[in-house]
Amino acid sequence: MLKQMEGSLAVAQTVALCRPEVICAYPITPQTHIVEGLGEMVKDGQLKNCEFINVESEFAALSVAIGASAAGARSYTATASQGILFMAEAVYNAAGLGLPIVMTIGNRAIGAPINIWNDHSDSMALRDAGWIQLFAETNQEAADLHIQAFRLAEELSCPVMVCVDGFILTHAYDRVDIPDQAEVDAYLPPFEPVQVMDCSEPVSIGAMVGPEAFFEVRYLQHHKQQRALELIPQLAAEFEQRFGRDSGGLIRSYRCDDAETIVVALGSLVGTVKDAVDEARAGGHRIGVVSICSFRPFPLKEMRAALGRAKRVVVLEKCMAVGIGGIVSDGVRKSLSGIQLKGYTVIAGLGGRAITRQSLLALFGRALRDELDELNFLDLDWDIVNRELARGRQQRRAGPTAENILRDLGQVAARIA
Amino acid sequence: MSMQPVKFYQTGTFTVGNRLLGGHQRTVQANMRRTNSLNSGHRACQGCGEALGARYAIDAAMQATGNQVMAVNATGCLEVFSTPYPETSWQIPWLHSLFGNAAAVASGVAAAMRVKGKRGVKVIAQGGDGGTTDIGFGCLSGMFERNDDVLYICYDNEAYMNTGVQRSSATPPAARTATTMAVGEHPGNVFGTGKNVPLIAMAHQIPYVATASVANLRDLEVKVMRAMSIGGSRYIHIHVPCPLGWGSAPADTIRIARLAVESGLFPLFEAEDGEITGRYQLRRRVPVEEYLKPQRRFAHLFGKVPDVHTIAAIQAIADRNVRRFGLATGSTS
Repeated sequence: MLKQMEGSLAVAQTVALCRPEVICAYPITPQTHIVEGLGEMVKDGQLKNCEFINVESEFAALSVAIGASAAGARSYTATASQGILFMAEAVYNAAGLGLPIVMTIGNRAIGAPINIWNDHSDSMALRDAGWIQLFAETNQEAADLHIQAFRLAEELSCPVMVCVDGFILTHAYDRVDIPDQAEVDAYLPPFEPVQVMDCSEPVSIGAMVGPEAFFEVRYLQHHKQQRALELIPQLAAEFEQRFGRDSGGLIRSYRCDDAETIVVALGSLVGTVKDAVDEARAGGHRIGVVSICSFRPFPLKEMRAALGRAKRVVVLEKCMAVGIGGIVSDGVRKSLSGIQLKGYTVIAGLGGRAITRQSLLALFGRALRDELDELNFLDLDWDIVNRELARGRQQRRAGPTAENILRDLGQVAARIA
Repeated sequence: MSMQPVKFYQTGTFTVGNRLLGGHQRTVQANMRRTNSLNSGHRACQGCGEALGARYAIDAAMQATGNQVMAVNATGCLEVFSTPYPETSWQIPWLHSLFGNAAAVASGVAAAMRVKGKRGVKVIAQGGDGGTTDIGFGCLSGMFERNDDVLYICYDNEAYMNTGVQRSSATPPAARTATTMAVGEHPGNVFGTGKNVPLIAMAHQIPYVATASVANLRDLEVKVMRAMSIGGSRYIHIHVPCPLGWGSAPADTIRIARLAVESGLFPLFEAEDGEITGRYQLRRRVPVEEYLKPQRRFAHLFGKVPDVHTIAAIQAIADRNVRRFGLATGSTS
């Protein structure tokens, strides 16, 4: 049924339809509304047969989910930013143990400086932990991906993160079609674990593994992700058939058929990019967008097919590998191995810096003229940067960087619009 | 309190024959139907107190629950020596996740059992002192505070033994470890540090807290069985000598554990809902030297010139325990 609702509530209601049995809740902005929504549904009896546990940290949140999942319960938690870093050890552990936990990430920057606004640094920091990572473009997709995520996780015995842009999606009110219980039940069968803690058939889980077997266990995690490359499009196709919506999948192309320039992006940014592309198209430019839904596994083959005929590729990413530049662009470059084209990395929107259509159009203009550097920083205020660098040259005890910059800026409202 | 009223103290031996007891009082280990939950063949060192404590504790828990026990293990000696892949000594469902999250993982297993309607299944979390009093402390406190239906057992050998004997917050003053070296003006671990997790557990007002020792395995079993008869969060802190880390003879494990108790350095007590309900009173108090001397980790106290000041300071700790926990025979406090 179509409803106007907050993104977090749409996710909460959809997760509830997936019949989770254990939900671990720890507050961190901007995912908190999701677990609040679920907690209310458990408490008022709407969501039956479910344990809602208020834990003392994100490390505990995922640890409780690990215990519950290993014992055969469908388990869910949500976090963001510092939270996913605090649980990092357990993130790897859940994947290593092959536990099909589903976790929503309300994507948010990582401090210091502390910042609650959206970028992708948090999920990206754990991109190689063995979890599948799906990025939602809209609130509808954020909701739908959770249904697919439980199915995918349980078919593969592999944990899945559903990455939902903090505030831009989690706190935005939008029209979302929430399916009914019977539809979800028909798509998502009950959880049948491959390993279970059972007193009548005791097994040891989590044994010490030495050089003689560790490599194979780790390889099999990679193998699962390779299988996911086949499964994700199948599940998306089945989803479309049942629910009548195109949600999920590996990647999606928009106006790419004759495109000489292709912009690669992921998450909620894709909508803005599409608008800017439409405008550029109206100006006669052959430009398109490829959006990534599945960042892990990274669909190398599909990317190559989607981008291989373009003249130039601009990767827009809301994260940065400090000391080298792009993270998404590394994967894109790998997918284009041996193909000659111009590739540009654009770091944008860190810490919630607005990515406007105007800025994107200016960026596309420079891209079309091949005026971009290999690594670019969209709307970075170079005056501010240079002033701080000068301060550091002038005196040893220049003071804390973030506070200096804030003082330079003076009284301004946080630019999150 | 779980102590036997029977007077059967036998000078010169530290074992008590089951034949002196009625059938219902006999140890779980003496029972032909004991489960050997932690089976033989594991890789613990000779004289390992932790292996002994774990075997008694888990078998007792199995007997108390009709063999409906699942265990979650923190990283540490017990985890490593019991499950060198692909072998396992565990005859029960057993799960190891990380060093610092055993309590939280156990909360998750307990939640799964609740939601699956398996009310008879009981969950035990277990770890060493490092995994309990240091790195796992946050999760442990969270589990206590929520009163999750888990028995947490800490096998306290007073240092990080698995990594090569480094100080933990359970390492006693003056003890030599790899990170509290027996050198300098004040050799060994400093005084005035560390934490008493049984008392902290009591401060959470959980239904049951007990300390136990491998010196009194029957008492240990009774406490575990008592814990298994109660719902909610329960905590048992078991003193388990480590011959390797303490520099003691493997054959002396039980003797040294007994000296820790009898000197007053490791008080045995039980508490319910935050109040002490029972204590083991010392029939024959021994000076702390008797406990310290057989351990090389305290050897620097007994050089050519014994460090009488430090020994006196340790004796003062024992004396305070005796006062605080009412350990003197006939004491009622």
